Amino acid sequence: MSASVTERRVAVAAQRKNSLHRQRMWALWGSYIALGVFVVMFLVPPFYTLMTSLKSSAEISAQVGSPWLVKHPSLENFWYLITYPNFQRYYLNSVIVTILTVAVSMVISVLAAFSLSRMGFWGSQTLSTGVFLTYLVPPSLLFIPLFQIIGQLGLINNFWCLVILYPTLAVPFCTWIMIGYFSSIPRELDEAALIDGAGYLQMLWKIFIPVAMPGIIAATIFAFTVSWGAFLYPLAYLYTSNQMVLTVGIISDLIRGDVFQWGKIMAACLLASLPPIVIYAFLMDYYVAGLTAGATKG
Amino acid sequence: MADGTSVPIGGLASAKSAGRKTAMQKFAQRRSTTGFLLCLPLILLVACFVVYPAFYAIYLSMLNKKMTAFVGLGNFQFLLKRHTFQLVIFQSCLFAITAVVLKALLGFTLAHLMHNIPGKNQKIWRGLLLVPWVIPLALSTLTWWWMFDPSYSAFNWVLNQFGFANVPWLGVGWIARFCTIAVNVWYGTPFFMIMYLAALKSVPEQLYEASAIDGANAVQKLFFVTLPMMRNIISITVLFSLITTFADFDIVRILTAGGPQDMTHVFATYAFQVGIQSGDIPLGAADSLFMFPILAFAAFFVLRGVTKRTKEIAA
Repeated sequence: MSASVTERRVAVAAQRKNSLHRQRMWALWGSYIALGVFVVMFLVPPFYTLMTSLKSSAEISAQVGSPWLVKHPSLENFWYLITYPNFQRYYLNSVIVTILTVAVSMVISVLAAFSLSRMGFWGSQTLSTGVFLTYLVPPSLLFIPLFQIIGQLGLINNFWCLVILYPTLAVPFCTWIMIGYFSSIPRELDEAALIDGAGYLQMLWKIFIPVAMPGIIAATIFAFTVSWGAFLYPLAYLYTSNQMVLTVGIISDLIRGDVFQWGKIMAACLLASLPPIVIYAFLMDYYVAGLTAGATKG
Repeated sequence: MADGTSVPIGGLASAKSAGRKTAMQKFAQRRSTTGFLLCLPLILLVACFVVYPAFYAIYLSMLNKKMTAFVGLGNFQFLLKRHTFQLVIFQSCLFAITAVVLKALLGFTLAHLMHNIPGKNQKIWRGLLLVPWVIPLALSTLTWWWMFDPSYSAFNWVLNQFGFANVPWLGVGWIARFCTIAVNVWYGTPFFMIMYLAALKSVPEQLYEASAIDGANAVQKLFFVTLPMMRNIISITVLFSLITTFADFDIVRILTAGGPQDMTHVFATYAFQVGIQSGDIPLGAADSLFMFPILAFAAFFVLRGVTKRTKEIAA
């Protein structure tokens, strides 16, 4: 009799476990299905970009059949762009501006973050708050006075003005991330370095930068993304095609009046989004760390 | 006796520490000088290209169109009386508030869904869901423009397949407003998802176990455990996104350029049209300065939230 009781108990437990299990499975599959729906919705525009970029102009202007599918895929648009001198120019300008911006921003923000996290000086607290506030000032608030200032500097329609202006977008957040990473390095390390006779710059170069490498990568990715994708400043300050960068170049060059060469525009968008996507594919974790750093690192 | 011995020792110690103090002071002074020098590039950059332009904008906004005479608050008065500008204020607020609320809700849902699935699969899904945030906004907006095309476009073709008539997506005021908001939601939701997911992961599991023992159901867990624990991050993210959405330029500029009948203009695009394209710099400066109060308001609370959070982490 006692055996049958235990048996029944086991059966009940198994049943309960089963129903719990089933509930959990439902929740899991429900989540997957809902996520799948979201992923499809999010990826519709990139998919459509790809499809259009593979169509010839004739296929687009024929306007027959589903616009979502390509009937005769060809790389003609890509080939056109790669051999198109203006597009090469935009690409080169974007690369130059971005590399310089990233270098300048990283030097400025690493030095400042090192100083703000370790060497208290008069007003350093206020300065770190000020840096964060600067991050919250959007470019659309400043582009009109900057138009005058850039004009006085003689840099209108010269892509070097972007090398000056883009760091203002990248530096505050990079400094902010780096302060977080540097503050988490134990002070014993600097003391050890000081006792060994290291100077401050040596300490920064040999200890802080290697230890805070993930933060530096995250900040670099952020600076890269900002300067590659910025649109307002180049649109307002550049107007000839030898000075333009990709974001404005594509829009002003491939759209002439009412003629939209959609195949070429979409191919150009793909080629221009390639560097951020590649970097993101390889360094997603740093990218995410950089995004959330503002909130979780303090 | 004990007092007698302790006094000189104390005196000696204090003398010694005083001597060390001056050395320490020198040291600290040198240290602070180096610190200041290291910050100098940052200070110069911010002072020249953020702080100075901000004050210069205030000065500019008080000049007449040819920038020859001082007109006080005339530009602001002129703008406020203009019907187009009243539309700009309405549209900016509608755009920012609707988009931020939708992004927050969708981002929260997505973060919860992601939290449900096992950790090793999260990376792939996260990678796919972050794509809208990674593509430069100006470029992905071009694709949206092409999909909203009135004649032979992606969306209208689908509608036709189901027997509906073509919709003039960007040609009618309220539909165009909806389209700009939709693009912004598409672009910004991944950011909310990432922030909320990070916050969800930081909620201790014990709290859920304790509430489960107390007999809480899923809704109660959400309202009495998850939301209070995430309150700070939610408010920081929402306020931060409010600032960037309010100041958004790319989407409206590319999608509609303010059209139809100026119904989709926001502060930034209107300032661009007035200040750069029509050449009325002071009026453009005045227009963009209208953003300042709401930005300052949001920035104040963001900063408060961030300092609070820093203290929580330090504690």
